[in-house]
Amino acid sequence: MSVSWVRQLGRFGLEALAGLGRVSLFTYHTGRWILTRLPRRRVLVPQMYEVGVRSVPVVLATGCFVGMVLAVQMYQQLHKLNAESAAGPITNIAIVKQLGPVLAAVVLAGRVGGAMAAELGTMRVTEQIDALRAMGADPVRYLVVPRFLACLLLIPVLTVFGDAIGALGGYLVSVKALGITSHYYMEQTRSIMENWDIFVGLIKSVFFGALIAIICCYKGFRAEGGAAGVGRATTVAFVASFISILVVNFFLEVFLRFVYNFYIA
Amino acid sequence: MADTPLIRCEGLYKSFNSLEVLRGVDLEVLRGETLVIIGESGCGKSVLLKHLIGLLRPDAGHVYFAGTDITRLSEHQLIPIRTRFGMLFQGSALFDSLSVGDNVAFAVREHRRLSEKEVRQTVAEKLAVVGLTGIEEKMPSELSGGMQKRVALARAIALDPEVILYDEPTTGLDPLHADDINDLIIHTQRTVRATTIIVTHDIVSACRVADRIVMLHGGRLIAGGTPEDILKSTVAEVREFISGRAGDRLYQVTPKSTTREGTNG
Repeated sequence: MSVSWVRQLGRFGLEALAGLGRVSLFTYHTGRWILTRLPRRRVLVPQMYEVGVRSVPVVLATGCFVGMVLAVQMYQQLHKLNAESAAGPITNIAIVKQLGPVLAAVVLAGRVGGAMAAELGTMRVTEQIDALRAMGADPVRYLVVPRFLACLLLIPVLTVFGDAIGALGGYLVSVKALGITSHYYMEQTRSIMENWDIFVGLIKSVFFGALIAIICCYKGFRAEGGAAGVGRATTVAFVASFISILVVNFFLEVFLRFVYNFYIA
Repeated sequence: MADTPLIRCEGLYKSFNSLEVLRGVDLEVLRGETLVIIGESGCGKSVLLKHLIGLLRPDAGHVYFAGTDITRLSEHQLIPIRTRFGMLFQGSALFDSLSVGDNVAFAVREHRRLSEKEVRQTVAEKLAVVGLTGIEEKMPSELSGGMQKRVALARAIALDPEVILYDEPTTGLDPLHADDINDLIIHTQRTVRATTIIVTHDIVSACRVADRIVMLHGGRLIAGGTPEDILKSTVAEVREFISGRAGDRLYQVTPKSTTREGTNG
């Protein structure tokens, strides 16, 4: 019984290591193509449109409502302490450092990442990826690199949009609905919030974009078993991206806090 | 037809998990010949075909193309070899996000330095070879199964390959369209003058187009020869395959070698 348990644990460990190795090679292959030969514009532009332009409405809607609900929540808690004027900086810092990048990434993972895994998975099971290889084209260069670059370059832009609309939503609710003075709201925010806070959010978003693209493209490339396999790949791609975003967010926060304390503060 | 083999397989072994698919396949393909690999569904014909172009790597054994052992080449080193092949996949594997014209033009744009006008001209020429004109702007989803096969063949011959591989070209087509595709294979072989390797479980098609037929069974080649040799074979598995698959239609078939001059191609 115990031997069987150890064997299963060992098998799981080996499979996890093998999977990590495959993802690392996939990432290396992607990075090597980016450094040696960029994709053509006719391949890159549609991906940037899909990832960037078409994600804007969802990011704006999500950011706006999250900013507003955060302002309401902050006001309720701070009102008990007679510290309503702190609502501005707390809301805005929470948005630019945490919620903005994380929500933009989650939206991207759900809207674009799932579609990437499904599209590439379908291409895999219908032999379109083999057809690319048979024609002497590298599938990573043709399919992954444009998606990776689109995610990497455009998620910071989406984060800025999410930050801006979230901050605006928070401001409007705080000032127009909850009665916090606009002057105090803005002054407190200005005095406490730093450029570093915005920078942290943007740095995080770049990592999130890279993670989403690699995980979702990898899962699509590994899909097998027809429509059911594509469905599984899509689900696993989103779940893995989502969890990775949250885990990496924590470790990046700790690391960037360390950088701030030692090199900037 | 020269007698030096253009492609040679030596002792190919391939397993997927615990399933042994190829168990020591030795095969030689002469330059300019039309070789058909027959065998029941799932016996590993497509797996063997994919080894010939390096889409799969054997667990043991070698594949030589024009004297080069392609099993030792990296994915990058295989690119110039693959441009000398054209492959028609079982499900056509047309890129469903690209138009017919872009599908056929894909390899041309990837490997030839031609102006867009020359690319379009090449696409029109290749589509004409397979009997299609003026459908460059259509999407693959707008075409019937037979037309998709034709477009896939136009794409496969876009770079004027030395070898054309057909993976189950008549699967999924009704007998009339299957005959159309058989005529097209013969016509293309004469037009392009490429070495042709066809994988099929359709003995009727095999006898119509082949110079030579080999049968894969149990992971090994168990019979080989002209269509007449195969039809007269005394090997039990071959007899069973022929009678089981072809039935009465077989009596209507005249092998290619006896109709070569008379076939309207």
